[in-house]
Formats: sequence, C-alpha cells, structure tokens
Amino acid sequence: MSALVIAEHDNHGIKPATLNTITAALACGGDVHVLVAGKDASAAAQAASHIAGVSKVLHADADVFAHGLAEQVAAQVLALASSYSHILFAATASGKNIAPRVAAKLDVGQISDITKVESPDTFERPIYAGNAIATVQATDATLVITVRTTGFDPAAATGGSAAIESISPANAGSQSQFMGSEIAKNDRPELTAAKIIVSGGRALGSSEKFAEVITPLADKLGAAMGASRAAVDAGYAPNDWQVGQTGKIVAPQLYIACGISGAIQHLAGMKDSKVIVAINKDPEAPIFSVADYGLEADLFLAVPELVAAL
Amino acid sequence: MKALVAVKRVVDYNVKVRVKSDQSGVDIANVKMSMNPFDEIAVEEAVRLKEKGFLSEVIVVSCGVAQCQETLRTAMAIGADRGILVETTEELQPLAVAKLLKALADKEQPGLVILGKQAIDDDCNQTGQMLAALANWPQATFASKVEMADGHALVTREVDGGLETLKLTLPAVITTDLRLNEPRYVTLPNIMKAKKKQLDIFKPEDLGVDAKPRIKTLKVSEPPKRSAGIKVADVAALVDKLKNEAKVI
Repeated sequence: MSALVIAEHDNHGIKPATLNTITAALACGGDVHVLVAGKDASAAAQAASHIAGVSKVLHADADVFAHGLAEQVAAQVLALASSYSHILFAATASGKNIAPRVAAKLDVGQISDITKVESPDTFERPIYAGNAIATVQATDATLVITVRTTGFDPAAATGGSAAIESISPANAGSQSQFMGSEIAKNDRPELTAAKIIVSGGRALGSSEKFAEVITPLADKLGAAMGASRAAVDAGYAPNDWQVGQTGKIVAPQLYIACGISGAIQHLAGMKDSKVIVAINKDPEAPIFSVADYGLEADLFLAVPELVAAL
Repeated sequence: MKALVAVKRVVDYNVKVRVKSDQSGVDIANVKMSMNPFDEIAVEEAVRLKEKGFLSEVIVVSCGVAQCQETLRTAMAIGADRGILVETTEELQPLAVAKLLKALADKEQPGLVILGKQAIDDDCNQTGQMLAALANWPQATFASKVEMADGHALVTREVDGGLETLKLTLPAVITTDLRLNEPRYVTLPNIMKAKKKQLDIFKPEDLGVDAKPRIKTLKVSEPPKRSAGIKVADVAALVDKLKNEAKVI
C-alpha cells in the first residue's frame, strides 16, 4: 500500500496545502510519494524531498506543466496511478480541478474534502455546508481523495531526505490552452495558511471603505484578508478572498469577522478557527453564536480603535 | 450548436438541515427543495449564449427522482428549450451522473456542457471534471466569464490568488462559479410556457449506464457544536481577552 500526493507548487517552492495533504496521506498508512509536475521545477522537487515523511519525489518536467492545466496534470497522474492505493490532492482550486479527472479515468468514485482518516478506506467529510459530517467508505481498489487542509496539521517542511526520481512527462495534447492570468501580488500570508485572518462583510459598504478599515487591522496583525460572499458579490473584495462553503475553508488561530452577519454558508468556511472575534452592530447577528468574543459596536469606530489599541 | 446543462434538485440553500437521530442521513422530508444555485447560473449562462446567437438549443438534464421534473421546468422557465430527466430513486454519486451525462452527450452531440461547480448538498465538486475526462474533452471549472470566439470558448476561471483565462477547443465542459452571472427572475408567462416544453424521461438502464454508488455512507452525524462565547463591553476589553485569555496576539 502506498500513497501518491500531487504537490501544489509554483515551480520554486511547495505550497503549504501540500503539507497538510501529506499528513492525511501518512494517516492512510504505507509509503508516501510526492509528484511534482512542473516546468523548471527542480527547486520545488528539492523542497518536496525535504518534507518529513515523504519517501520518494517523482519529478516530471515539461512545458505542458507550466500552468498546471487539469488535462496535463491528470494525464501525468494516470501514468503513475497503477502503483498506488491512494492518490491525494489538496482540496484547493487546483486539486479540485484535477482530481475528478483522475478518478473518472480510473473508473473510481472520488472522496472529496476529507477531514479525518478513520482507516485506510474510511473517512470523515463534511456535507451540507458542514452542517453534517458523513463517515464514508470507499469500495474501489484505488482511492482518489481531496483533503480539506484545515482537518490536518501540516507535515514538517524540513527533516526529510527523500530521493528525487525524474520521470518522463506525459502529454495530453492541446485541447486547452493557457491564455493568461491576473494573480494579485501581495506580501500577506496565504488565506488558507494564515495564522490570523481579518474578514469584512457587506457592512463595509464599498471597496474603498473595505480597504480603508480592514487593511490597517490586517497590517497591524500581519494577517491575511478575507471577505463574506456578500462583500465579494458587491465588489468590495476580490473573488479569491471569499471565505465560506463554496469559497475558501479556513481555520486560523484568530479569525476577526467585521460586519459579517454570519450566514450558514460563511460559518461553514471559518467555524473551525481557534478563536473567533465578531464585531457587528446587530446584536442578533448569527455570527455571535459562534464567536468566542463578540463586540456589539459600529465597526467603523471599533476597528480603528482596535488598530490603535494593538 | 447545442448546449447541455445539468441541474440538480437539492435542499434549498436557506434550509439548515438536521441529522436524523439514527445517523442514517439528513432529514429532508417536508424540506423546501430548489435548483442547486450554481446550476441556475449554468442555465442562465447557456440561455444568454443562445440569446447572443452562439447556441441553437439549450437542453437541460436532471438525474434523480420524479420531482426533478419541477427543477427542469424551472430551468425551462429561465429559457432552456427542452428537458431530459434520467429518473431513478437510487442514490446517484458524481461518477454515475457523469456517465449518464456522457451517454446523453453521445446522443445529443452538444458543443458545450455547462454545469454548476458543486452541489450544495454533498459538496462534491466532481461531476463536470469527471464528464470532461470520460468524454476526453477539455474543461474550464469555476468560470467567472465565458466568451465564444472562432470555434473556441474563452473562459476566465476563479483560481487561488486571482483569475486565469483558458482557451478551449469545442466540445468542452464548463463549470460555473458564483460571479459568472446573476440568474434572471422567472416570470409567470415563462413558467406557463415552460409547462408546454418537451420533457423526455429515461432510466439509467436505457442509457446503458451502471449507476451503482461506489462510496458507502456508514453514518451521518452532527458536527461538533461551537458554543457562543461572551460579549465584551468595548475594544479595550477585547484586546485584554485576546492578549491574556486567548493568548492569540
């Protein structure tokens, strides 16, 4: 029995979500190998080889992997799949995009978003926006899994010394072409890996106010910034800041919700945070039902005051 | 060019489901059911592409119990031309649905298949990608913008960190994210019109698909409850609690 973890990387380094996925893979028992499919990705393969618990890194390098297209990465995984009992992806935009292609080609069911490994074929996963937890058992020979990173601690990024094996790249043709991307550059921690998140809701009222009120608090705390769906839909914050059932699932040490009422879809994305602070002027806001510390106040006054007090 | 749009009947997004006391599942008796919100966006997008002249026909498909006909009628009220129900009372998992859609795609030969990125009941986020793999088609998941140009689809996708744009050869699979469009309100005349539109019913066997579940649900339980904490009087009290009690800053 052995597991293959598909690394998420930027060709230079390994993204944090991969570390949590490796922990889940180790819990399935057996060896854990990591696939790094990229372009000029030797540095990422090196980084993967240092992760504690990894026994082998498979490095496929080719132009077709430059943008992590699902068709290409899935073809590479399929070329390796017969050697593994478990194939695991992080449940990120990238992992969710690729994993089902692999499962369908192998004619196996996929288990999405696992939060706990009960045994090598039995897992817990949240359903209905986390309002219920299903315990599910796979019946297929190969298990294709996506891992909710908040359910597992990250493996140590150093301490391992796995061998790196170069493998010949697969090529899935050119039905899909990468045309470009707009990736926001900032120095903040990644939302899903941040220790502190400051999140804003519809109450902010405009993108200017969102930036003016939320940014200083995030800066002060070295926090990532998040948003409710309502704030994203209204254009106050970028799409990829959305925390919730269908956005990012986060579990930081501290989550500060400013002007977020707390729809069940939003709570689904952050209720596993260690400490939750809610600042809202509506005493009936559902966010207070999950908050460790609730401050009933106008956020436009309370947040700047908080910045000054820190 | 035809488009196939898949729609799922799910518990309405406003309903907070309850786990059954015998842990066999969630209680959906007498609960309001609606079209999966992402699928509504998929129907809207297909209808808009038809209105812009890129599509000749929009066919909506639902797989599940007889009541899915209501979901299909809603999709036809938004503007889909006809509906197909693959009727079964058995549990359908994403791989089975992808196989049913593949069989229908073989029959109907669409240039595009548009689906919601995930259903809000099982939260799987699999069916579109699985269909694309089974059909050997390219895919663009989590779409926030779709344009058609010289026999290709140009799709902007929501990815971690921002957006990316892919150019797909057709036929292709697109799954929708929240910001793709805002579905129109259905009007009474369109609801009446939808009642007269063609709706065909198949069984999985008619399509030659083995739809048996691959994953067994052993139990469904309540998530650990998070109890409400305390209200603090002011910012100073909050800072004090965070520093000295929670010790997180």
